Amino acid sequence: MIGQDLLGIEFLDREKIELILDTAEKMQEIGTRDVKKVPTLRGRTVVNLFFEPSTRTQTSFEIAGKRLAADVVNFSVSSSSLSKSESLLDTAKTLDAMDPDAVIVRHKVAGVPQRIADVLDAPVINAGDGAHEHPTQALLDMLTVYQEKGRIEGLTVAIIGDIAHSRVARSNIYGFTRLGAEVRVAGPPTMLPPQVEALGVKAYTSLREALDGVDVVMALRIQNERLGGGIFPSVREYSATFGLDRAKLRFARPDAIVMHPGPVNRGVELSHELTDHRPSVILDQVRNGVALRMALLYLIAGRNFPQDQE
Amino acid sequence: MSRVLIRGGRLLDPSVDYDAVADLLIEDDRVVEVGIGLEAENAEIIEAKGKWVAPGFVDLHVHLREPGQEYKEDLASGGRAAVAGGFTSVCCMANTDPVNDDPAVTQYILDRAAKDSPARIFPIAAATRRLAGELMTEMAALKEAGAVAFSDDGKTIMDAWVMRNVLEYSKLVDAAVVIHAEDCGLRADGVVNEGRMSTRLGLPGNPVEAEEIHIARDIRLVRLTGARLHVAHVSSGGSVELIRQAKEDGLSVTAEVTPHHLALTDEITEGFDTSTKMAPPLRTARDVEQLRAALVEGVIDCVATDHAPHAVYEKDVEYTAAPCGVLGLETAFGVVNDMVQQGEIAPLELMRRMSTAPAQIFDLAGGSLQSGAVADVVVLDPEKSWVYDPAEGFSKSRNSPWAGEELKGQVSATLVDGRIVYQAGRGVLAR
Amino acid sequence: MVDLESAEALPAGAGQDGERVVLDDTRIQRALMRIAHEIVESNADLKLLYLVAIPNGGVPLARRLAQNLESLTGNAPRLGILDTTLYRDDLATRGTRPRLRRTEMPSSVDRSLVILVEDVVSTGRTIRAAMDALMDFGRPQSVQVVALVDRGHRELPIKIDYVGKNIPTQPGESVIFRSGPQNESSDEALEVVVQSLVGSDSGLNRSQGVGELT
Repeated sequence: MIGQDLLGIEFLDREKIELILDTAEKMQEIGTRDVKKVPTLRGRTVVNLFFEPSTRTQTSFEIAGKRLAADVVNFSVSSSSLSKSESLLDTAKTLDAMDPDAVIVRHKVAGVPQRIADVLDAPVINAGDGAHEHPTQALLDMLTVYQEKGRIEGLTVAIIGDIAHSRVARSNIYGFTRLGAEVRVAGPPTMLPPQVEALGVKAYTSLREALDGVDVVMALRIQNERLGGGIFPSVREYSATFGLDRAKLRFARPDAIVMHPGPVNRGVELSHELTDHRPSVILDQVRNGVALRMALLYLIAGRNFPQDQE
Repeated sequence: MSRVLIRGGRLLDPSVDYDAVADLLIEDDRVVEVGIGLEAENAEIIEAKGKWVAPGFVDLHVHLREPGQEYKEDLASGGRAAVAGGFTSVCCMANTDPVNDDPAVTQYILDRAAKDSPARIFPIAAATRRLAGELMTEMAALKEAGAVAFSDDGKTIMDAWVMRNVLEYSKLVDAAVVIHAEDCGLRADGVVNEGRMSTRLGLPGNPVEAEEIHIARDIRLVRLTGARLHVAHVSSGGSVELIRQAKEDGLSVTAEVTPHHLALTDEITEGFDTSTKMAPPLRTARDVEQLRAALVEGVIDCVATDHAPHAVYEKDVEYTAAPCGVLGLETAFGVVNDMVQQGEIAPLELMRRMSTAPAQIFDLAGGSLQSGAVADVVVLDPEKSWVYDPAEGFSKSRNSPWAGEELKGQVSATLVDGRIVYQAGRGVLAR
Repeated sequence: MVDLESAEALPAGAGQDGERVVLDDTRIQRALMRIAHEIVESNADLKLLYLVAIPNGGVPLARRLAQNLESLTGNAPRLGILDTTLYRDDLATRGTRPRLRRTEMPSSVDRSLVILVEDVVSTGRTIRAAMDALMDFGRPQSVQVVALVDRGHRELPIKIDYVGKNIPTQPGESVIFRSGPQNESSDEALEVVVQSLVGSDSGLNRSQGVGELT
């Protein structure tokens, strides 16, 4: 995979997903050592190109790169200053001239990582683009579920919340269905995108029906900027109808786990209790994020080499 | 006296339903004779065997950016792109800087065009001042200065009371009001067709209903006022049905469709290439099918390109931030000729939708090859395949979804006022 | 890509035609018993022994060696698994990144007598990588190396302390350590074979089996 972009899960085949998850599992061991660093990417440069601030994802990539001994450079651009002086692709080309071995791109608009990848020699890893994809989040979610349940094939996963505006939802839908899970989405009708069934899921507007017998419940974050956006009446009504607590979780399987990409709006998507305690696995997700991103950097970072002859 | 003899081509003159192999003799700026085996001394000969000879194309909808945004296009480059695409007359929209809402701007455009452009250029003036959708423009003065129609294209007049008054008042100057139909509230921040693709790509969707609601409103206002309405760039099958009904009801409603809405679907937004971003957005295969059928049927009267040049750096931005619009003039024939290749439309009818019909809608000269008609002529090679490279083209901009694509059907020569202004292989010859 | 999967994917015909068994399970067991004796002889404080297997081939060998040592001394030595992939010196120049194997080091190697266990040693590069990796788990008192097979062709100044068998190979030959084909039970039967890949230009590079490129 060296030199290849990771722009989304939609076109990632099962074999590659499994390679990434398998590599991430091996990377987890490094996080348990006293010396949490291996020399693998010594002399390589990883650039965090974040057009939208995201401390969590950026830090996760930064730790991942540093644990592999890469030099990690954070390059934050505010979109407003960008549009004035130079075009998006100019920024990307400027960056490319500095010969990075991987560029991590985060942007609030769908498709930007793709456009940047089109002009860059270095491989691009999408760290979240608008409501399009967030492949590393989905991969770490899959790793978390795999390690909790021992499998993904045959599981039922319910994703709850603002599906229409969620890149996490899209990437997880592609990932879990590709690995043989059944995926359901649920939320108020204003939060379900048109023709969402075309993505291979069943859509529900009843939380109870959506949760019936599921193995995994994934709550999505309600973005603050949506609060006044007119697509739901109030936080109170949202948390009453789609917020999760122990009582509503009883519709799911008794051994169901609860996930959330973070940061949680406590008392909105998840009750305080569910945020902090089993069956929620939110901190495992965060921990797995580092190993997963180490795996990706290991597999991807580097400029295109001639294909290995062996 | 200058003479041009176009010899041996398939003559397609929709104004008299003429479709046969014949020669066409032009003297100075007029067609003088159509016939078999014509001879003429001292005439420049254009051999047109295997080619089509038709009235020059008329485009009711282009953006030539002058005055104000000459880095995108100007009347010279736009005029050259027009004749390279077989267009002898183009009508430029009012969203220039300053807006063409004042007779001085109209006059400026016409003066510059007369000097710079090999194609005829007809300004469409704004319907409301500064395109703000509030106060109507001085239509009489604008008409007097040379405006051929009125439109706030690019924007929609959202206030129905304002729109009603614009329509009422337009009857005074007997000119069509051209609408860009898009309900801004319903469109919200939508940039691609709402549906499977917007869901997949995570881009904000713009539903067909945003267009259809507005067309429905304005058709009712036409019923109320009796004015002439021309619907720009129809993009959905639902809009076609509304226009069909209006025509059946005897209302004075005409419509155009762009080559891109006839040929492309929202599937090509896949790679987030901003050259696929336009307003209204590309729709589904079903809409394309209905639009093509409507053009064949005549429910949609004509093809118009909505030629909308933008600089490379303006399009090299986020999909949501990129300006809407694509180039259209130089690729139009190569794109719509596919309908002839697929057997959907007869060559004569396609020529009607590109010349005779649009000329009639705005009462423009052209659209005929009859003796005495103005000698605006296009010679086309319908079987010639070529690869479009915007960098080699005549527009200043490059924002085309057909960049690098092979098209079948090429313009061989374009004549304006009896002068050869474009010839394949020789380029633009006048001005 | 050099890894376990591609090695197993060698065409059966190619494997069997030009192939001879140089060590069968009995002789491997004999060699490992001899090596156990040598280890006991050469190391004073046997409680400090820490066998570190280099996967995949080193793992079954280390396990047997540990059994042998236990039967000789009554004490089972500590046993760890150390993947050297992330420490390889050729990662920058390869077109693909090799699949990782698991690392399981149950405790620090501080002050211990580490015995690295590898199936086939040739260039010495894997042992070099293993020593680097080892240092991330502490400061051993000493490091020694067991190799079931030493093929020669050393490229780095690496000394093997305990050798099962020296098998000098010709160009076009490869040495493969694997679980024997007859074995279906959980108790693996091991063997070492030499394959002649006539007509192949990559004989030396193909010296993998259960083990890793040496």
